[in-house]
Amino acid sequence: MSAVKTARRAQAAPHTAARLAWRGWSVLWSPRAVLASAAVVLVALGFALVQLGVGDYPMSPGEVLATLTGNRGEAQEFVIFDLRLPRLLTAGLVGLALGASGAIFQSVTRNPLGSPEIMGFTMGASAGAVAMVLVFGGQEGSGMAGALIGGFATAATVYGLANRRGIQGFRLILVGVAATALLDSLISYLLLRARLQDAESAYTWLVGSLNGADWQQVQIIGLTVIVMIVPVLAIGNQMRLLEMGDDLAQGLGVRVKPTRLRLLLIGTVLCAGAVATAGPIAFVALAAPQIMRRLTGGSVSIVPAALMGALILIVSDLAAQRVWPDSQMPVGIPTLCIGGTYLAWLLYQQSRASRL
Amino acid sequence: MKIENPPAADALPGNRLRAHNLSLRYGERVVAENLSIDIPDGSLTMIVGPNACGKSTLLRALARLLPPERGSVVLDGEDIAKYPSKEVARRLGLLPQTSIAPDGITVADLVARGRFPHQKFLRQWSADDDVAVTNALERTNTGDLATRYVDELSGGQRQRVWLAMALAQETPLLLLDEPTTYLDITHQVEVLDLCAELQESGERTIVVVLHELNLAARYATHLIAMRDGSVVAGGSPKEIVTPELIEKVYQLPCSIIDDPETGTPLVIPAARNRTGARCT
Amino acid sequence: MSTRTLPAPVVARAGHRRLTLGLGVAAVILLLLMAASLSLGAENVPFADVWQSLTAGGTDADVIVRGVRLPRTILAVLVGAALATAGALMQALSRNPLAEPGLLGVNAGAALGVVIAMAHLGVASLTGYVWFALIGAGIATVAVYTLGSAGTAGASPARLALAGAAITAALTGVISAIVLLSSTVFNGFRAWSVGTLSGRTAPVVIQVAPFIVVGIVLTLFLVSSLNALALGEDAAKGLGANVGRTRLLGVVATTLLCGAATAAAGPISFVGLVVPHMVRTFTGPDHRWLLPYCLLAGPILMVAADLAGRLIARPGELPTALVTAIVGAPVFVYLIRRRRMAGL
Ligand SMILES: Nc1ncnc2c1ncn2[C@@H]1O[C@H](COP(=O)(O)OP(=O)(O)O)[C@@H](O)[C@H]1O
Ligand SMILES: [Mg+2]
Repeated sequence: MSAVKTARRAQAAPHTAARLAWRGWSVLWSPRAVLASAAVVLVALGFALVQLGVGDYPMSPGEVLATLTGNRGEAQEFVIFDLRLPRLLTAGLVGLALGASGAIFQSVTRNPLGSPEIMGFTMGASAGAVAMVLVFGGQEGSGMAGALIGGFATAATVYGLANRRGIQGFRLILVGVAATALLDSLISYLLLRARLQDAESAYTWLVGSLNGADWQQVQIIGLTVIVMIVPVLAIGNQMRLLEMGDDLAQGLGVRVKPTRLRLLLIGTVLCAGAVATAGPIAFVALAAPQIMRRLTGGSVSIVPAALMGALILIVSDLAAQRVWPDSQMPVGIPTLCIGGTYLAWLLYQQSRASRL
Repeated sequence: MKIENPPAADALPGNRLRAHNLSLRYGERVVAENLSIDIPDGSLTMIVGPNACGKSTLLRALARLLPPERGSVVLDGEDIAKYPSKEVARRLGLLPQTSIAPDGITVADLVARGRFPHQKFLRQWSADDDVAVTNALERTNTGDLATRYVDELSGGQRQRVWLAMALAQETPLLLLDEPTTYLDITHQVEVLDLCAELQESGERTIVVVLHELNLAARYATHLIAMRDGSVVAGGSPKEIVTPELIEKVYQLPCSIIDDPETGTPLVIPAARNRTGARCT
Repeated sequence: MSTRTLPAPVVARAGHRRLTLGLGVAAVILLLLMAASLSLGAENVPFADVWQSLTAGGTDADVIVRGVRLPRTILAVLVGAALATAGALMQALSRNPLAEPGLLGVNAGAALGVVIAMAHLGVASLTGYVWFALIGAGIATVAVYTLGSAGTAGASPARLALAGAAITAALTGVISAIVLLSSTVFNGFRAWSVGTLSGRTAPVVIQVAPFIVVGIVLTLFLVSSLNALALGEDAAKGLGANVGRTRLLGVVATTLLCGAATAAAGPISFVGLVVPHMVRTFTGPDHRWLLPYCLLAGPILMVAADLAGRLIARPGELPTALVTAIVGAPVFVYLIRRRRMAGL
């Protein structure tokens, strides 16, 4: 299909970027990013195969593949297609969305701690959902409605407050932090006021869970990801130029203000899809771009970060199901542990190699 | 609106880049009033003036980064604000005075980003882009830095890399804000030689803000002296560089002699113990 | 050349007077608030009785004033001062506006200490938690600092921030896991993690006060180095500041301050983050003014919030952390919008 052609290296200046070209279409990628991304995809597929095979009804990888291609019995098909595959896809897609969203926010704020959380969406969604569940005795689905309302209302408020003749990364961070801190206290208070049992289930949602994920979840997050693919790919180059400062970006023909608004919008929608599907899973958005940046040696970029996000969630979900098999452990917990430990380990490795 | 090709030069009333009665300000702070300027086509125009007199501000306005409060910048006979942003970027390049390199970016990647205005969504990298980047790296002597990380370079190397990025943009008009800061004398001369070469080969019109008065006078085909947001003099260095002008612009008593190499004016500041003395 | 018109000392002195005056005003406000905090609450005690009880004792109001409100008010002052100072310190050390004491993993460490004490050691009293919270905070900070400064390059702000985020995440994961596995622990944890001064008595105050005092003294010693560090590492070294030592002592001070405050009151995130930013809009970035102002502004916010929490929901209480956030957030946002926020 498409051929990877490295730019003409014979010339005086070796180029660190490679061209991914097919007929008139071409995309510029660094070979290290391509390699690392491919490796991430392979590892993720490996884990996916394991995750489809393990459980109360174990299957060998061969059996799983056979079932996927439709060559096995109904029992196997039920286990794979109705139980395990939707959960796996949900994990992967949520990870994709969070990773991409994180890369966008870190780029816009030029801050490694910038994440969709600074838009206030995550906390707004959490507060909305918890309020719905605890105050209005939430029924089926009301939590999600509360999450979306709370999330978008908060994001709009944060944007409105940070916008003063244009958005400036620094101001956005500060307003976002204020909103987040406020909502965080509110959530703690609501949890304290609620009945213990309600509070516990609300807390589980807050940590982020894939328990009971079915095809409906896959639809929500799948649709979000698919709709966002084209805008994300289209805006990548402008985003990279914005990192070099508004003047330079504008000098190169980027329309700074609309581009930045669009980036925030894309990042927020991706995050919203993830939150609506699995709850506010923390840290993937922060960790995935940073981990990938350290593996590829370049600056933060969207697609590799998205793939890393998917890998983190798939591995975490496997851990959630296997390490505590009977406890319905929410996926957010192993995500935090695995992502945190891995990022820490990478930092340690690189400090020894003396390159940040 | 969309403007594909610049109208033929001879059909135009005047030069490609001009500014009319600009009033420039940042919030409350007025930097310039009624500033008009004309960049002669094919020239190497140097802008000199004391710190904070508004040189960078003028350059930002010329590159439509700072919308003027009144007046307009005219590019190829049309108000620059009316062009699509990418279209301007294919005609006019700007190297700002300070730029931020993203963490962990390599020299080649940085220079390649200068190709942005020439790229399309489905055609992100072409052979032209390769050639432009390679040329830019060669011309700025940064070819052997290509795979290094920008944040590991010396100040001077970094400056040349940014210049390479601006060159890779391959615009007929190029605005450079103090491109020789951080450079040693050899590299300063190299950069200015490069500007002169580009200008002489007829490829480009170049505008440079420069602090080194004598180098400016040597290289400029057109010199503009600014003070407090207005143009004090403009013309060929030989005509306009006089002790009176330097005194007026910089409040620096001095004498002027001929550059033994080129015959261009050379500004010699008055010795300290003669500060009060009249200029010769 | 005679373009210099304003002799520098004149400018400095004008600002100086305004800032000194401001400190005086802040101190008066704090004293008034403390008096109010002793007098008002579920049951109001007249000022005269408060005074009587404080100076002589033996009145009916003793139980409320000396037993409950005095330790609580003193703790509010201590916690507010500790958090605001620690926040200013962290922002200076990491040169990151997002920096708050929690950045070094202090809150997560303290919380993990408390949760382990509840779940595995059967500790169930506030005075019992405090030690575990302090130990947890200490271990977490040491881990973050070691990770952030390992290798030849030394501790860089970006790496410290990321190390803090990574360790905080891992610890939070463990906390959530422990908490979700037992309802009893969850119940205790949600009460602790809401962040309040309610029910804190003299023993708690006596436990944490030494740590906070030592932390504040240590910070005041660092003031001029912090000013140098704000210019960037190289410039600071050029000015003769010992960057490595400043950073290390700064981290020690942060751990003491923040660990003790969190141990006593639970996580109160807003004060450490916001007070330094608020203060900076008034004092500018000079730490010689910034820190003294934080020492007053932190307690003002904390005492006022605690008081408001008691009055608004009488006879119940709103948790202090919620009130600091509700009060602090709008003020903070107003300041951000009104001014071009000063960088660090
Ligand atoms: N972003 C800005 N906001 C406010 N004032 C500015 C800004 N940039 C420059 N100025 C002011 O405008 C004036 C001209 O600055 P500039 O054009 O950068 O001078 P220079 O001639 O040294 O390049 C100066 O007084 C400067 O303080
Ligand atoms: Mg300038």
